Amino acid sequence: MRNECRVTIHIVYSGGMSTGHVLLGLLAEGERHGYELKREHDARFPAARPLAFGQVYATLERMRKRGWVDAATGVKAAGPERTPYAMTGAGREELARWLADVEPPSPFVANPLSVKVTLALLTADEALAQDYLRRQREAHLARMREYTRRKSDPGRSLAEVLAADYALTHLDADLRWIDAALERVADLNKEIHSCHARS
Amino acid sequence: MSRSLMMASPTRGHEVLDHVVLSGHSLVKSFGRSRALRGASVELRRGEILAVTGPSGSGKSTLLLCLAGVLTPDGGEVHYDGRRIDRESESVRSRLRRSEFGVLFQFGQLVAEMTAAENVALPLLLEGARRRDAMSCAREWLGRFGVEEFADQLPGQMSGGQSQRVAVARALVTGPAVLFADEPTGALDTVAGERVMTELTRVARETDTAVVLVTHDARVAAYGEREIVVRDGVAS
Repeated sequence: MRNECRVTIHIVYSGGMSTGHVLLGLLAEGERHGYELKREHDARFPAARPLAFGQVYATLERMRKRGWVDAATGVKAAGPERTPYAMTGAGREELARWLADVEPPSPFVANPLSVKVTLALLTADEALAQDYLRRQREAHLARMREYTRRKSDPGRSLAEVLAADYALTHLDADLRWIDAALERVADLNKEIHSCHARS
Repeated sequence: MSRSLMMASPTRGHEVLDHVVLSGHSLVKSFGRSRALRGASVELRRGEILAVTGPSGSGKSTLLLCLAGVLTPDGGEVHYDGRRIDRESESVRSRLRRSEFGVLFQFGQLVAEMTAAENVALPLLLEGARRRDAMSCAREWLGRFGVEEFADQLPGQMSGGQSQRVAVARALVTGPAVLFADEPTGALDTVAGERVMTELTRVARETDTAVVLVTHDARVAAYGEREIVVRDGVAS
């Protein structure tokens, strides 16, 4: 009988957020040049990584080739960063299609925490795996405290509250996994080592 | 007279934050053959917000009740403000709970036949305050929690979140040194629960009230400055 006992690691396939679609959304209110788009993106999405200028212009160029945006004509541009872009009809249709689409819930989620626990058991023992999980738990809770403080700041915007909520929800999910993993380390250790002995 | 009626201004000097206001040492408590606490120890500093977490049945609520003087431990000691309290008489501990401690449970437990203002004034009246002073103070405290508009309403006329904020005001109105909160948001939805926790921790910090916050919810625990985890009756 073939031995099916093995450790597998799932690669993450995330839908990811399309920068092009975000820029299309920001162009819906009217034409903007690249610098304005970058500034508005970073202001409206404080939890996202700030956009690099190079990424903005490369994305605008790709969208121009697809017919979703046009460089506004009749304007004497001071340089590439000051060329205004406007959304076309095709761009408006594409934005509507993307907004109507549901983001596919990822079937596989990479869990580096799980990988570490498995490797700790393979290379050392339960004590190391449990120690790692407890320290990871403390780090997660410390980060949750940071986000909670940010949410409680009287000067925060609703966008910042929502961004913090998203982070807190995911950190909380990790914490529940960590607590469950702590309960199961002993059994996982037995399973891993019995597979290892048979292979 | 309570700290609240004097409206003492809050301080959080560094020198007072190191002072241990409440501690439990090697606490043991059994209910029949079930051992809820097996030598749990904890220290609470003045003005500190301490989250007590752990799985269901781990002994967290039992630990809170022993520290608050509601339960007498079978072993170990509880000290408050430098004196041992676990062997004190029920009348002494009851007085502590009225004037030095505040207590908040999952369902608030407001008196259904009293208005919000009367509920908040009740602890002050029990301390001997004049009715006019107590009611005036109660309304100010309702204002601190954003529920002053419900001052003349009964608990049944408020939402869960609103009545829990009234309950927090009642728990803090005497200016307790320690607030014991056991799953204070357990019966509330996320947004209502967040509002209760934000207001509770803000006012506790303003008044230098230490908080023992028992919760199974990590998002609620994240309102604390420190966490201890209770597992199988032992705290770590």
